[in-house]
Amino acid sequence: MAEKRKENANVRNEQARKPAAAEAGAAGTKKQAARLLQHSSTVKRVLAYIGNYKWWVLVSLILAAVTVAATLYAPILVGNAVDLIIAPGNVDFAGIRSILYRMAVVVAVTGAAQWLMNHINNRITYQVVKDIRTRAFDHLEVLPLRYIDSHPSGDVISRIIADIDQFSEGLLMGFTQLFTGVITILGTLGFMFVIDPVIAAVVVVVTPVSLVVASYIAKKTYVMFKKQSETRGELTSLVDEMLGNQKVVQAFGHEAEVQAQFEEINERLRGYSLRATFFSSITNPCTRFVNSLVYASVGIVGALAAVRGYLSVGQLSIFLSYANQYTKPFNEISGVVTELQNALASAARVFELIDEEPLTPEPADAADLQRADGSVAMDHVYFSYRKDVKLIENFNLDVKPGQRIAIVGPTGCGKSTVINLLMRFYDVDSGAVRVDGHDVRQMTRRSLRANYGMVLQETWLKSGTIRENIAYGKPDATEEEVIRAAKEAHAHSFIRRMPQGYDTVISEDGGNLSQGQKQLLCIARVMLCLPPMLILDEATSSIDTRTEIRIQKAFARMMEGRTSFIVAHRLSTIREADMILVMRDGHIVEQGKHGELLARGGFYAQLYNSQFAST
Amino acid sequence: MWKLLKYLKKYKLESILAPLLKMTEAAFDLLVPLVMAQIIDVGIHNRDSGQILKMGGVLVLLGLLGLAFSLTAQYFSAKAAVGFGTGVRNELFRHINSLSYREIDTIGTSTLITRITSDINQVQSGVNLVLRLFLRSPFIVFGAMVMAFTVNARAAMIFVVTIPLLSVVVFGVLLVSMPLYKKVQRQLDRVLLTTRENLLGARVVRAFNRQPDEITKFDEENDLLVRSQIFVGKVSALMNPATYIIINAATIVLVWTGAWQVDEGVITQGEVVALVNYMSQILVELVKLANLIITISKSLACANRISAVFDVEGSIVEKNHDRIGTKAAGAAAGDAAAVPKVEFAGMDFCYAGAKEASLNGISFAAMSGQTIGVIGGTGSGKSTLVNLIPRFYDATEGTVRVDGTDVKEYPVGQLREKIGVVPQKAVLFKGTLGENMRWGKPDATDEEIYEALDIAQAREFVDSKEQGLDLPIEQGGRNLSGGQRQRLTIARALVRRPEILILDDSASALDFATDAALRKAIRENTKNMTVFLVSQRATTIRNADRILVLDDGQLVGQGTHEELFETCEVYREICLSQLSEKEVRAHG
Repeated sequence: MAEKRKENANVRNEQARKPAAAEAGAAGTKKQAARLLQHSSTVKRVLAYIGNYKWWVLVSLILAAVTVAATLYAPILVGNAVDLIIAPGNVDFAGIRSILYRMAVVVAVTGAAQWLMNHINNRITYQVVKDIRTRAFDHLEVLPLRYIDSHPSGDVISRIIADIDQFSEGLLMGFTQLFTGVITILGTLGFMFVIDPVIAAVVVVVTPVSLVVASYIAKKTYVMFKKQSETRGELTSLVDEMLGNQKVVQAFGHEAEVQAQFEEINERLRGYSLRATFFSSITNPCTRFVNSLVYASVGIVGALAAVRGYLSVGQLSIFLSYANQYTKPFNEISGVVTELQNALASAARVFELIDEEPLTPEPADAADLQRADGSVAMDHVYFSYRKDVKLIENFNLDVKPGQRIAIVGPTGCGKSTVINLLMRFYDVDSGAVRVDGHDVRQMTRRSLRANYGMVLQETWLKSGTIRENIAYGKPDATEEEVIRAAKEAHAHSFIRRMPQGYDTVISEDGGNLSQGQKQLLCIARVMLCLPPMLILDEATSSIDTRTEIRIQKAFARMMEGRTSFIVAHRLSTIREADMILVMRDGHIVEQGKHGELLARGGFYAQLYNSQFAST
Repeated sequence: MWKLLKYLKKYKLESILAPLLKMTEAAFDLLVPLVMAQIIDVGIHNRDSGQILKMGGVLVLLGLLGLAFSLTAQYFSAKAAVGFGTGVRNELFRHINSLSYREIDTIGTSTLITRITSDINQVQSGVNLVLRLFLRSPFIVFGAMVMAFTVNARAAMIFVVTIPLLSVVVFGVLLVSMPLYKKVQRQLDRVLLTTRENLLGARVVRAFNRQPDEITKFDEENDLLVRSQIFVGKVSALMNPATYIIINAATIVLVWTGAWQVDEGVITQGEVVALVNYMSQILVELVKLANLIITISKSLACANRISAVFDVEGSIVEKNHDRIGTKAAGAAAGDAAAVPKVEFAGMDFCYAGAKEASLNGISFAAMSGQTIGVIGGTGSGKSTLVNLIPRFYDATEGTVRVDGTDVKEYPVGQLREKIGVVPQKAVLFKGTLGENMRWGKPDATDEEIYEALDIAQAREFVDSKEQGLDLPIEQGGRNLSGGQRQRLTIARALVRRPEILILDDSASALDFATDAALRKAIRENTKNMTVFLVSQRATTIRNADRILVLDDGQLVGQGTHEELFETCEVYREICLSQLSEKEVRAHG
């Protein structure tokens, strides 16, 4: 919990630091600024996440030290033992035995320490990844709908799944190999300096070349990995779009075109991948080449020193083997560096998502709307989705508790938008929406939405049982309540006919149900909660009218004393409304009752009569 | 699974050269100690600085050669692996496209997405690694054993025991961890599903204030994922310590028996050192091999998941690939005009796994140019019925004929070309408006498109946008309202001027004025088109030439509005639930 709060605070601080950009709301500039900060800040943030497990990291470090020390010690023991095997008849069996016993212990300890270390590293990595993934998902729930509506879902999914996965791989490699690598380097360095400082110095001078080469390549690679990652995102979103709507693709025989589009992106991906893979894989040979230079220079300098008698042949051979041991981790580290680059590119994309501006925070004194009496007012509301396209202008509405409001008008006149504003899925640009006389921005979103029951045109069900779906708004509902709601929504009979009744599992996107059945379930979902205000957006468009009439009756009972907003095209729905709002181009052009509006002979009458135009 | 290997065929040369070059590089590595021995034995012994520098030069040269060989190898393997991945991805996408809706429903969209993205990526990096290392590491392992035999056959027996023991450990870990990685991947799918669901259902989740519960659920799924990852990690983590212990135990035995052999004068001290060195060389290579095997086991798990998709066969099989001359088919039955455009004969349909048939004994005929209204309650089978015409599903019993020929006899492409479908769910694709309109007819002119937009009542709103046909459309058409999307999907189907037009409850988001104008325009502009109007609204279908009334999968009535209103109980109920008696008769 504490970490989460810290992270939230960080996000808020970051926003506070660039208030100008945030105020302008210009996503572009903000993103650019963020990108500049990204590279170094990404590392810092990853470290902050790892910091939560610092004790484990410490244990892992200690184990790494133990492992490395033991690994370096074992060859010395072997060497000592070999020194006791001199010639036939000159073998110190007792000495060898005691050394070998010691070696057995050392090896056992090394094995155990190594396993434990690996295990702990796994733990740390996956925990960190889990934390980041959870954080990203948590953020998803507080992102404004404006973001979700305007970003391809495939791209967001790719960030939370594929990118984080990539990141975990890099991080794990980093942990397992970076630690031991660094400690091995330090350990061997120590041994070398003890034997001969001059040659050790030669080694130290040459090896940085390896690092320079590695970091140069890594820099190049990072760009490619980022591009690869982006192209993968593009590909994922195409796949998401096309697979989700495969029926349309097939109906239009569009398979070939889609395939071509896919192959085009895939081809670009091939280019980036090839470069990313190649660049990252040349690090190893390059650093290995530098290593052989180190080996050669140690050989030459050491041999020349031996010629002058500064060094024994035995010492030279120890030196050579240590030089090898010393440079090997550099290989690994350079491999790890590229993997880490890759991971950072992915992490950056995840953090980009986490950094998306969340919903406007609720004021500290936000009121908790208790059961609303149901008066709703829209006061000089201006709103549009895009700055350049005006939509709702100077919208005024005054709804008394318990009234039934039908919103009608040609398509695209702003009916769904009104709902977005009522539910506060979007905030008004200016003006105010009031419930019970209070500005909705002064109350908690939770309490506001709890007062609305909503059935949308788009029927979304979650994968799970039918029971879970009906009880979505009230998870602790009893069996009877669920069944009663289903009966009221006329869903009971078809549910009973399902293979497992209420326990039938609905597949992803409700694939095994018809559109109408899905709609009935959505209605049952609302029936169960019975909030004081209702929003029905063409809620019954896929239900046959006979069933609808029954539902209407149930609704009518339900709506008694409840304010309800109905976006509907059906005459039957509209006729019974207390007030009809006739909308056109974001304005209310007429409002009144069915009879009054017809008598007025205006736009509504025109709409109504056109239903019977000869066809 | 091995079927996937065929995608490597195009890169045969690269796939063979990469490991060979890597092996050559390894051979250079093995030469280095020999050169060093020369320096010690000759250079230092004879105090010959020139020789030392010369041999040092040889070391540098070997390094350079190694660099050149390995760079080439890396390039070849990267090229082969990336090419392989690209090929598999293209083919998999093509294969998925060939599946029918039924299979996609069964497999699930989310998992298909993971398979085509991260699974293929994993296999791709596996291939890359294998190409680079699969010859090199065993080469050194067995090379060291061979060298040990040249030193002393008896001592080499220790190698003969050790190496199989190591293989058992390495392959044992592989066998145990592979199914576990599969489990991890499955759990990752679950996490993906939850993520996807929350994106698509953001409105509902928020409306019901279920964010905290969704977060809890995600936490649970995520937790399960982490736990299975840690578990599989625990198993894999055994590999390195186990091999380390085996090798060092072998070294201890080697030193101990070596001591006895030296004591007996069989081998020398130096040879013991050499044997120990070979053993440690094996260890170094094994560490690499172990990492390689972990990656391979992950890749194999992923490869299996990919193959599983390849193994799913599309249920719609094209029997005949040659186009059918419709006129000829019509002539055989006499006057072409007398052949029904669409005909259902004793058709039954049952969804996969469903207990009851969704449609039962449906028979009717629709003539060219007729408008057929299809009406009925929710779940009565209206959509299913029209979905059988373009062969999205196959009839379980009976036949569906178009132009007198069984739809199963047509090449699928030819059949669907005749038909324009407007699905219930109005979806547009990312791109421009024009691109979307050309879906059914890639070479449609702007005029043809505007004509279709006119009929679909979408002209006015398209004109109101400045960009016209260049209007950018976001994924799913999210930047348009439901009604606008619906009209555009209707226009999209009209652009190709289909012989049969299917409107599957496609006007539900339209207000009645637009709906009426739309029907009027369709009627006036599509003289020869056979139009199927699926709807809940009596007003939408009341003027159809023939109305099919469905109730619970049965065709309970067919005829005109007037006939049915008198004779069909179900139809009368539907009408009266929507209109007053006076309205029903208004134009009767």
